[in-house]
This record gives sequence, C-alpha cells and structure tokens, in this order.
Amino acid sequence: MGQTITQKILAAHCGKETVEPGELINARLDVVLGNDITAPIAIEEFAKIGAETVFDKERVMLVPDHSTPNKDIKSATLVKTMREFARKHNITNFFEIGRMGVEHTLLPDEGLVLPGDAIIGADSHTCTYGAIGAFSTGVGSTDLACAMALGETWFKVPEAIKFVYHGRMPKWVGGKDLILYTIGKIGVGGALYCSMEFTGEAISNLQMAGRFTMCNMAIEAGGKNGIIEPDAKTLAYVKPRAKREFKLYKSDANAVYKNVIEIDVSKLEPIVSFPHLPENAKPISEATHIKIDQSVIGSCTNGRIEDLRVAAGILKGRKVHPDVRLIVIPATQEIFMQSIKEGLTQIFVEAGGAVSTPTCGPCLGGHMGVLAEGERAVATTNRNFVGRMGHAKSEVYLASPAIAAASAVLGRLGSPEELR
Amino acid sequence: MIRGKVHRYGSNVDTDVIIPARYLNTTDPEELASHCMEDIDSEFVKTVQPGDIIVAMDNFGCGSSREHAPIAIKASGVGCVIANTYARIFYRNALNTGLPILECPEAVKGISNGDTVEVDLEAGGIRNVTTGASYQAKPFPPFMRQLIDVGGLVEYAKAKLGSR
Repeated sequence: MGQTITQKILAAHCGKETVEPGELINARLDVVLGNDITAPIAIEEFAKIGAETVFDKERVMLVPDHSTPNKDIKSATLVKTMREFARKHNITNFFEIGRMGVEHTLLPDEGLVLPGDAIIGADSHTCTYGAIGAFSTGVGSTDLACAMALGETWFKVPEAIKFVYHGRMPKWVGGKDLILYTIGKIGVGGALYCSMEFTGEAISNLQMAGRFTMCNMAIEAGGKNGIIEPDAKTLAYVKPRAKREFKLYKSDANAVYKNVIEIDVSKLEPIVSFPHLPENAKPISEATHIKIDQSVIGSCTNGRIEDLRVAAGILKGRKVHPDVRLIVIPATQEIFMQSIKEGLTQIFVEAGGAVSTPTCGPCLGGHMGVLAEGERAVATTNRNFVGRMGHAKSEVYLASPAIAAASAVLGRLGSPEELR
Repeated sequence: MIRGKVHRYGSNVDTDVIIPARYLNTTDPEELASHCMEDIDSEFVKTVQPGDIIVAMDNFGCGSSREHAPIAIKASGVGCVIANTYARIFYRNALNTGLPILECPEAVKGISNGDTVEVDLEAGGIRNVTTGASYQAKPFPPFMRQLIDVGGLVEYAKAKLGSR
C-alpha cells in the first residue's frame, strides 16, 4: 500500500519504513518553536523536567512576535523570561526586536525549516511550513517544554484528505481565496485530526507565498498539518536559503486517502469569510454592502512581499477612504526592507496608511489595531472568532491582500475591479 | 467522583473565547480563570462552582494553541469537559495540564444547561442526576491512559530523560 508524503516524513523520523494512520509514534524533531505567549509557560514546565539544557541549542527556536514590541509591562516580563532563557541556554535562533519577524514567515525565509523536516511549534499556525514539504504542526506549551528537553514527541499518524485544485485561477484570486473557499466547503472541523494535502494544476501554478497562505490555514479546518509536495518552485525558494541538508518526499500514486475533494478554481471569485468563523466564506460580490472601519494587511498568513506588492499595486495613486484606518505590517524585517527598496512603503504611507514593524499584534487583538465595540475590520489574517481583534462585539472579515487594499479605498468590502 | 452543574455550549467553542488574547500577558491560572468564557458567556465566571461541568458539541477548543485555555477552565473550578469532539491541540493541552475531558455524543445530546451531572472519571461513567439517564464515555486510548497514569507528560519526559 502506498504512503502519503506525511506518512513518509513521519516514518523517516521514527526509524520505520512505513507508518499507518492511527498508529502512535515517537518522532525525532528537526525544529522546536515557541513564541512570547507560549514559551513562558513552556519554560516553567521545562524547569520541572529537570533537564540541564535543551536538546539542541540551534534547533530550539524562540521568536518574540505576538506582543512585541512589548505592549505593556506584563508582556515585557514574559519576553524577558524568554530572552533570559535563550541567553542561559545559548539558543542560537532567538530573534530580537529589530532583527525578527512573524515566526511562520521568518523561519522559512531564514532557511531554518526545510523540506522533509518534522517540526512542532507552540503556535497553531506552525502548520505553515507544509508549504515547503515539511511535516509541521502546532502544539501547546507543555508539549513544547518536553520537546525542548527530548528533541522528540509523540504523534498519532493522521489520515489524509487530498484536495485537487483544477483549472487556472481568475485575476485577483489567489492562495487566500482557495483556502477560504476550501474551509467554507468542508467547515472548521472538516479536516479534524487529518493531514490536508493540496495538489493539482492550480497548486503547481501557485507561487510560494500563496502556498504558505494555504498551509497556514489548514488549522482553521481542524487539520493536523497542511502539506504541498515540493517542486521546482519549492527548490527555487529553499535552495538559496537552506542552512543545512534537506530531503524531498512525495506521495505515492497509490497512497491511501480518507477522502479526495476536487475543486474547480476557474470560476472562483475572491472570497471573504464573514464573522465569526473562517467557514463563513462568501464570494466578494455578496459582501459589497459591508462597511469597514479598519483594514489590516499582514500576519503569518499574508505578510509576505508578494502580498505587499499586490496591495501596493492597488493603492498606488489612491487614497484610503476617510472612514478607514489602513494598517500594513510586513511580516519580517527583511520584507520591511524590501518593501522600502521597491517603494511599496511609500505607496502605503502616501495613500494614508500606517506601516508597522513586524508583529502579530492586531491579528489576535493584542495591540497595533484593536477594535472597539461595533467596529468592523477586513483583515488578511486567519481568524475571525468572537473578540479576535478586540471587543466581543467587533467583527473581522477575512480576505486576501487585494480585497483588503481595495476595501480600504472603497470604505466597504469590495474588489479591485470596482476601482477602475 | 465529580458532581456539578452543567454549563452548556454549542459547536466550535474556540480558545479565543475560552480565554481572549488580551489576557495572555499573564500565565497566572487564577487571573486567567477570572476571564474564562467572558466573550460568549459573561455569567460563567460569576456562577461557576468547583466541580461544575462544561458540556459542548463539536470541535471544542479549536483555534489557537494557547495552553492558557485548559489552564483557565481548570482554575475556574470546572471538574470536567464533555464534548462530541475536541480540536487536536486542545485535546493534547487538556491532557498535559490535567483538565479531565471526555468524548460522549450521547451524553451531550441528553444533557441540558443547568442539569446536575455526576462523572466517574476512572470508568468514564456519566450520570445526569436531573434526568436519571446514564452514559458511557469513550475510553482513552492505551497510550493516553499511560500518560495520565504516570502523572502527565512532564513526568513521562522526566522518566525518559532519566533513562537516557
């Protein structure tokens, strides 16, 4: 019986030829990740284990990105805990403010997570790295603590669902629209405990930025991981960055799937997910009556240079609607610098937008764009739960950078097509 | 034996509503508990008593990986959560933080908000005292049982590290 790419990576990390769905395995880990929300609890638990130090100071990675630059004294204290732990254990990959980025954009861009890796991170969007052909999944702080000590963790081998995207994507439709549409189709629990494997012509044609966006949101369908087989595009992205050797895996033609879902992308419109679940996906044409107060472009889902280029292309020579606050957040310092070099930052500021240093801030209602009661935001982020970006009676509409940029100009949800 | 009143919720109760991110600047269980569920149930913190039981439908604990969510529920006094299904990260986190969780769709169907329920965690037995109906939760898989028996993942890791 054939194996999926996820099975093959897991088998390779537990010293087996093959593994079967449902099997419990103990897997060696290539990278173990924490952030300023989850690492402080992990550090407390780590102390209880009694390990002298971490299993590998280069493979435990700590990124203070959620409440940074420190939003208040309590957050500053948590980041300090993390920084002191990193210093004590000589953690190589601790990323300080001014040299950091949003974790799930930073690590692949730095060549620290690679194809064929098995990775856990104490952040649910750790599933992002499936875009380069790694097995990667989110865990909590105690799992992180034990993995920091042992360099391994237990997994139940997941069943896989194969998504086949046929056809060519229309203009303004990208990775964000494909994944929002998919979540809308199967629901927020539609891939519970499963591996989501994204395949087909549209995925082959999708650039890396869009692939990262899709795998990033696998968790929003309950998926254990999202994954895309590495191809020439993957190698072009990974090779110049890779800090160590890596291995490419592909699913066997006779691999077994729990379900195969075929989607024709050629007739898709840009998608907006309405409050308060990512599964409330609607075509943009059904959303143009929704007025907005804020537009956020950034996050681990859509804070890449490609995302900023799309947004800047729409905002160039235009002004943000008087009733809207536009907040643009490049995901890493490198992307920020590139955005300056290409003149994108100037476009955002001239349009009347605010540009921030990298942070997860507004996505989780932490800082840098928290919503008041009754306010509405369109955001390129990944969640629109009750209270996600602020007040329990505020609303978040999830969309692509193109829709977020066009909506910022229109003052309501809308497509770039309407700006002509 | 756990005995308490039921606080009932629907499907997809996410970790952002269990404990909103605006309170994640602390790791103190009591402080986290003081805001538990507030965005979907402002009465929860005011009415919850030690031993009370949360009953919910599908995909409980979806969303963020924050371990603060099971910590907040446990510190609020809740003795057990019963749901149809759990999001996978929450499932691991509950196990790791010692928050008892049971899967039992029949019980979820047969229990209403405010009912008094008794739970025998060892045996997975659930009795709705208000209606008199009894249910049997799905047993934990053997490996999870082993983790629980050794005192949780930290103890498991400690033993593993010691044996190296």
